[in-house]
Amino acid sequence: MVKIGVLALQGAVREHILALEKSGAEAVSVKRVEELADLDGLIIPGGESTAMRRLIDRYAFLEPLRAFAKDKPVFGTCAGLILMAKEIVGQDGAHLGLMDMKVERNAFGRQVDSFEAELHIEGVGEDVNGVFIRAPYIAEIGEAVTVLSVHNDRVVAAQEGHFLCAAFHPELTDDHRLHQYFVQMVENTKKVVA
Amino acid sequence: MLKTGTDRVKRGMAEMQKGGVIMDVINAEQAKIAEAAGAVAVMALERVPADIRAAGGVARMADPTIVEEVLNAVSIPVMAKARIGHIVEARVLEAMGVDYLDESEVLTPADEVFHLNKRDFTVPFVCGARDLGEASRRIGEGASMLRTKGEPGTGNIVEAVRHMRMIQGQIRKVVSMSTDELMTEAKNLGAPYEVLLQIKETGKLPVVNFAAGGVATPADAALMMELGADGVFVGSGIFKSENPEKFARAIVEATTHYQDYKLIAELSKGLGTAMKGIDISTLLPGDRMQERGW
Repeated sequence: MVKIGVLALQGAVREHILALEKSGAEAVSVKRVEELADLDGLIIPGGESTAMRRLIDRYAFLEPLRAFAKDKPVFGTCAGLILMAKEIVGQDGAHLGLMDMKVERNAFGRQVDSFEAELHIEGVGEDVNGVFIRAPYIAEIGEAVTVLSVHNDRVVAAQEGHFLCAAFHPELTDDHRLHQYFVQMVENTKKVVA
Repeated sequence: MLKTGTDRVKRGMAEMQKGGVIMDVINAEQAKIAEAAGAVAVMALERVPADIRAAGGVARMADPTIVEEVLNAVSIPVMAKARIGHIVEARVLEAMGVDYLDESEVLTPADEVFHLNKRDFTVPFVCGARDLGEASRRIGEGASMLRTKGEPGTGNIVEAVRHMRMIQGQIRKVVSMSTDELMTEAKNLGAPYEVLLQIKETGKLPVVNFAAGGVATPADAALMMELGADGVFVGSGIFKSENPEKFARAIVEATTHYQDYKLIAELSKGLGTAMKGIDISTLLPGDRMQERGW
């Protein structure tokens, strides 16, 4: 069984842990740098990206997270997607800069515009319930990035090698197909390394 | 096909705030300080609770100019307070694009019998509660997030502790009850039966529950997390302290690492004076904000 961490500085941690456990992985919350050591993969959850970034800096998580991501899979949802992007619209500098994409924060509007919609996700399936909460979207992607899902002409899920990201919240639903997809990515990566 | 204002979207928004600190602010400058310190949201107010208490008179929804100023100043979610039962204040704040409304006992109630039917709104609501009956009634009316009432503007944690312990204890009791005992418990608590049934089945409240009303120090925030809060509201505690920036950062970090006591010791060093605070026993019953709400 693979062991996957959920970055627990702030945000919807418990829901990701439950979804991972139901998808056949061991799941733990990660609050300290040393807890990254024996993980096979990591989820960066939804929450507030500005708050998470401050805590990442305060506890010197930035470089250890980048080093972890060199050969281990990372899955970011909502704020996690923002933290993974190389560029953010209207903002100087990015956060972890793992994926070659430009993202726009709060791109669908304020909370009253938050919505649920059925999505088609490439390689995952049809009718996936996408919960979008003050969600970002992916405005531009580099050549190495594969689009996995589009909603109203906007890219809302993508993959680049061992990196996966979604603008919505699969952890808030009982449909664990996207988590299963990520667990599969982690299992495949672990096999290659072994 | 595209659905807005669903329970999942409204409750989910509060899920994203978990482990975080929501700070009261009265202008754009304070909102920016809060955001930079790592707040997950700000509550836009005309006055912080300690000043509302001092000013007396009727406390109403903030001037929309202040709400607008705060909405434009930060990228994190902005919350605002409407009076209990004041349908129009709530609609006005919703129309302005506020991300979360607090139907709050800190303001003077507009209705002494009924709360808002929060299911009618697209914007989600947070409400205060002192016990599981009150919490369940608010959920029944459509609240998507709860907080302890505590005693706002006192800088005294004792009431928030009382309310959090009360709610957690009552949840444990409901979970351990047999289903045939539940209806009578619903009657005794004044709680909707369906909400209690859901709590019994899942072992927890169906919405996020934050601590509020009296948090004044990093240790206070950590205490509330220890007692089972999902996150913390800090009202007067930050901008009534000697060094708001430092206080704000320290409270954020203590909330994240609430069981790291060495860290909390470091964070608490040289913070300057916390807000002065009020002993609850010196407050006349009529001055207790927690008594408002039904």
